[in-house]
Amino acid sequence: MHTFEFIRPADPDAAIATASQAKTAQQGADVRFIGGGTTLIDLMKLNVETPARVLDINRLPFDKIEATSDGGLKIGATVRNSDLAHHPTVQRDYAVLSQAILNGASAQLRNMATTAGNLLQRTRCMYFRDTAMPCNKREPGTGCPAITGANRMLAILGTSDHCVATNPSDMCIAMAALEATIHIQGTKGPRAIRFGDFHLLPGSTPHRETVLEPGDLVTHVTLPPPIPGSKQVYLKLRDRASYEFALASAAVVITIAGGNVTKARIALGGVGTKPWRSPEAEAALVGKPADAANFRKAAEAALRNAKPQTENGFKIELAKRCLTHALQTAVNA
Amino acid sequence: MPDHPPAGPANPTRREFLVTTGSTAAATVIAACVPAQASSIAEQSTPADNATNIEGAVPITLRINGKEHRLRIDPRTTLLDCLRETVSLTGTKKGCDHGQCGACTVHVNGRRAVSCLSLALMHDGEDITTIEGLGSPDALHPMQAAFVACDGYQCGYCTSGQIMSAVALLKEPCGPDDAAVKELMSGNICRCGAYPNIVAAIQQVRKNA
Repeated sequence: MHTFEFIRPADPDAAIATASQAKTAQQGADVRFIGGGTTLIDLMKLNVETPARVLDINRLPFDKIEATSDGGLKIGATVRNSDLAHHPTVQRDYAVLSQAILNGASAQLRNMATTAGNLLQRTRCMYFRDTAMPCNKREPGTGCPAITGANRMLAILGTSDHCVATNPSDMCIAMAALEATIHIQGTKGPRAIRFGDFHLLPGSTPHRETVLEPGDLVTHVTLPPPIPGSKQVYLKLRDRASYEFALASAAVVITIAGGNVTKARIALGGVGTKPWRSPEAEAALVGKPADAANFRKAAEAALRNAKPQTENGFKIELAKRCLTHALQTAVNA
Repeated sequence: MPDHPPAGPANPTRREFLVTTGSTAAATVIAACVPAQASSIAEQSTPADNATNIEGAVPITLRINGKEHRLRIDPRTTLLDCLRETVSLTGTKKGCDHGQCGACTVHVNGRRAVSCLSLALMHDGEDITTIEGLGSPDALHPMQAAFVACDGYQCGYCTSGQIMSAVALLKEPCGPDDAAVKELMSGNICRCGAYPNIVAAIQQVRKNA
């Protein structure tokens, strides 16, 4: 691990002022905020991340879960994943979020990992994590060995000729389906980003993963008021029963009236280069009878533009069945 | 080896032997590889005034197993390395060092965490509990006793992490059946495959609680 200066900013303004001196807030940032450390310290040990300054934000006032005036929920940046998953309001009104978090990592890691840290969780692509290998995400312009190499775990949606790395988060898939908003405090003041606009597709710049700029500090996430009567399911398929990243997952939030789907919010995990909201699947469902045939049609729509890598063609059918089963489970709930 | 070796200095236990030879070997290796000032760390037995000569070292206070430790450490020091190398509490084990195996599990302010993915500096002023703080050979924690009774280990390397996880689990939301225990213990890998006995030990403690 490279040497760094450890700083505990006295308040958010001090944290932002120091972070704003960074050249970038993306891959290779010379200033990093640290929350749980479960991603950052891992990558610092691998020399994938080499910040000169590490800003500990754990004692800043971002550790609360509170109701918002519009009936939604405000989740502080440093709220631990386990606290979020077990919060009574989340379990009652945003069950898909609780389920997604509890399907991720281990109990120890969930006690450490934070809300904002999970938003910024990095890919598990082995080429990204190995500094002996080329990687366009880690070192722009060096190439992507994953495209012709070990890509079984990697993405089939949102890929480019430069990067096929999967976003590994479970929490983010649920937040995408819940239409969360990410709140950022920066050098120019606060701003709010819709969840779907926060993560970037790799395109020709896979080292840019989010809209964050130097000095931007995620302060909290808000969830809109719960959809009355919605049924929510997170289904995760993986190589072992627990403590493993998704091969495919689906977050489903739907309402049904008179046997027809009236609202549908659908996102897929383990298959996309970013948390993958599927408006195609949603459009295929709304107004249609909530039955197996229409669930399959929605799944076909969600994966229509999927592009298999050399080793993961199975993910297309797996993701379809995952979404179909998640919808069926939601209806039966 | 006799079944009942006589106790005494002439017959050191495996642990005493390893601690003695390990510290000697470590001092030798460190002296050969790193700047001179660092070699003094390995030779000092008192952790309180450790590392005073480490370049860039910063002060930190940790309350470990109820005892306050004022230390000076390199900012890169993980909580795991701080416990093992600075405070000489070697019951916490280093397995993968990347948060994938759970061998380094300790309690931070009463909650379980993997100490390898945490900087010690992040825990300044906080309460840390390690396996050494749970019980003693004469007064085992009920979970330690249950692991012995149920044979919840083979080589023992993952055991301290398993027990720290298991003790924390007792205070967490967890369903009554074995499947719920297995799910909440999935962050602790046992390559000997003692899982059925580990689950049995945990369930024994839960039933008696």
